[in-house]
Amino acid sequence: MDIQSLESRARQVRRNIITMTAKAGAGHPGGSLSCTDALVALYFDVMNVDPANDKDPNRDRFVLSKGHAAPALYGTLCERGYFGREEFDHFRQLHGILQGHPDTKKCPGVDASTGSLGQGISIAVGMALGAKHIGSPIHVYTIIGDGESQEGLVWEASMAAAHYKLDNLTVILDHNGMQIDGTNDEVMSLGDIHAKAEAFGYDVIEVADGNDMKQVLDALHAPACPGKPRYILLNTLKGKGVSFMEGQVGWHGKAPNAEQAEQALKELEG
Amino acid sequence: MEKKAVRVAYGEALVKLGESNPKVVVLDADLASATMTNAFKKAYPDRFYDCGIAEANMVDMAAGMSTMGLIPFCSTFAVFAGRNYDQIRNGVCYPKFNVKFGFSHAGITLGEDGGSHQAIEDIALMRVLPNMTVFVPSDANECYQCVEAAAAIEGPVFIRTARLATPVYDPRPFTPGKGVVIRDGKDCVIFTCGIMLEHTMEAAEILASRGIDAALVSFHTLKPFDDTLACEYTARCGGKVFTVEEHSIIGGLGDAVASAIIGKGVVSFEKIGINDEFGQSGKPADLLKEYGLTGPQIADRIQAGL
Repeated sequence: MDIQSLESRARQVRRNIITMTAKAGAGHPGGSLSCTDALVALYFDVMNVDPANDKDPNRDRFVLSKGHAAPALYGTLCERGYFGREEFDHFRQLHGILQGHPDTKKCPGVDASTGSLGQGISIAVGMALGAKHIGSPIHVYTIIGDGESQEGLVWEASMAAAHYKLDNLTVILDHNGMQIDGTNDEVMSLGDIHAKAEAFGYDVIEVADGNDMKQVLDALHAPACPGKPRYILLNTLKGKGVSFMEGQVGWHGKAPNAEQAEQALKELEG
Repeated sequence: MEKKAVRVAYGEALVKLGESNPKVVVLDADLASATMTNAFKKAYPDRFYDCGIAEANMVDMAAGMSTMGLIPFCSTFAVFAGRNYDQIRNGVCYPKFNVKFGFSHAGITLGEDGGSHQAIEDIALMRVLPNMTVFVPSDANECYQCVEAAAAIEGPVFIRTARLATPVYDPRPFTPGKGVVIRDGKDCVIFTCGIMLEHTMEAAEILASRGIDAALVSFHTLKPFDDTLACEYTARCGGKVFTVEEHSIIGGLGDAVASAIIGKGVVSFEKIGINDEFGQSGKPADLLKEYGLTGPQIADRIQAGL
């Protein structure tokens, strides 16, 4: 798909994020908006998936390890055709398929239930290892957070990914630099995350602007490095696309009110 | 009588299962020579995955592998049921993934390694998780049956095994979720699970020699629990009930029985187990005595309770 079409889809997904969080009066818009471009690139250009056959064993797999960015995933799955926009009315509501965090038993297109940070990447490593075990050619993608990378499990999983030479795995870091209580550096510094990923055995690609569709696509389409898992470090902006949310820690887990939603949707037109 | 540790039977059962079911893979966290999965590792090196000393990652990796149609058995010490809890809960039970847990070295009969390693809370932790099946085999033969049953169940299964070599009894008919009547009686009923079977059998014999006719029922499945059998034997034995387990008296077999029989004609009810305290180093036999879990001690307590 051409860049302009992808960018247009990304704007629609961002509108979806605003719509559903505003309607629910809850959710995590900041970290959803920062990883939207990667999700759109994956679902519309990179991954081999088919909403009409969402249990196809030969589909590529995606795990949203930073499960609180569920609105971005739901917004993307909807545009890709897994379910209709009417589901946004039931986001975070009783009996809804769009739970507060992704639920593989309830939502079509969701391959793992996530939300407990650190677990998604570990499950993705297991999927990639399982795929190798059964001789399946699929590729497994996961998006992790930078705050999430404070979890020890992220590094246990990374060690295993390198040990088992999982070149069918791509870990994408949504590095927006912020988490609930402040910046990463205020809460718990990640240090040189690029060097750390390399030291753990990843083939690392750093993307200067992880909200630039072309840069994101180039990284996702880079040829695999045989015998090594891929790590794509996306430098992103929390709240990307909504002026009053951009770079603001406070929009991590807060929904816009009606007036704010209206302004945000206006900014995301086109 | 032949003795064999239940954990040894677990290792043997995996090898046998591996023969008939190519989907079975085994994961361990650098304890294959203790959990006895090294037998499987030797037989099927391509289906054995060492996860290093990283139990949390082992569980979620198994979750991911199960989504590819494999049946992963995760093995480590039962005390790590706590360390892995979030992964078992959210990674496996919440999505009802098809992952099995064979956790060994449970209870105080772990012995010399001490209280830090003696799981006395694992049954409680596992019972409370939705979608989880909990097996506590009482001997090697029952362990073979539990492993086979676990592979046939679609969803998470926890199998608690012991380190200590214990008597191997003749195989009994096995139905998951159903208790096993070891001995009929009328004066009281003893409900037990796991390797306390040996000591409760001895207790029942001692009581018989003193003119007390105690029934003995063993449960290899703690969840789903055989409420019907528990109620039946409570009624048959005059409502006088004792539970015996190598686990905390909080949240284990005793509480499973209590939930089943409450309001069903209970006259007296006593839980015998670890009394809300941690274990300590020692020889298994000495520890059983220290915590009041030998046959004669159990018999004395039951007699006093009657």
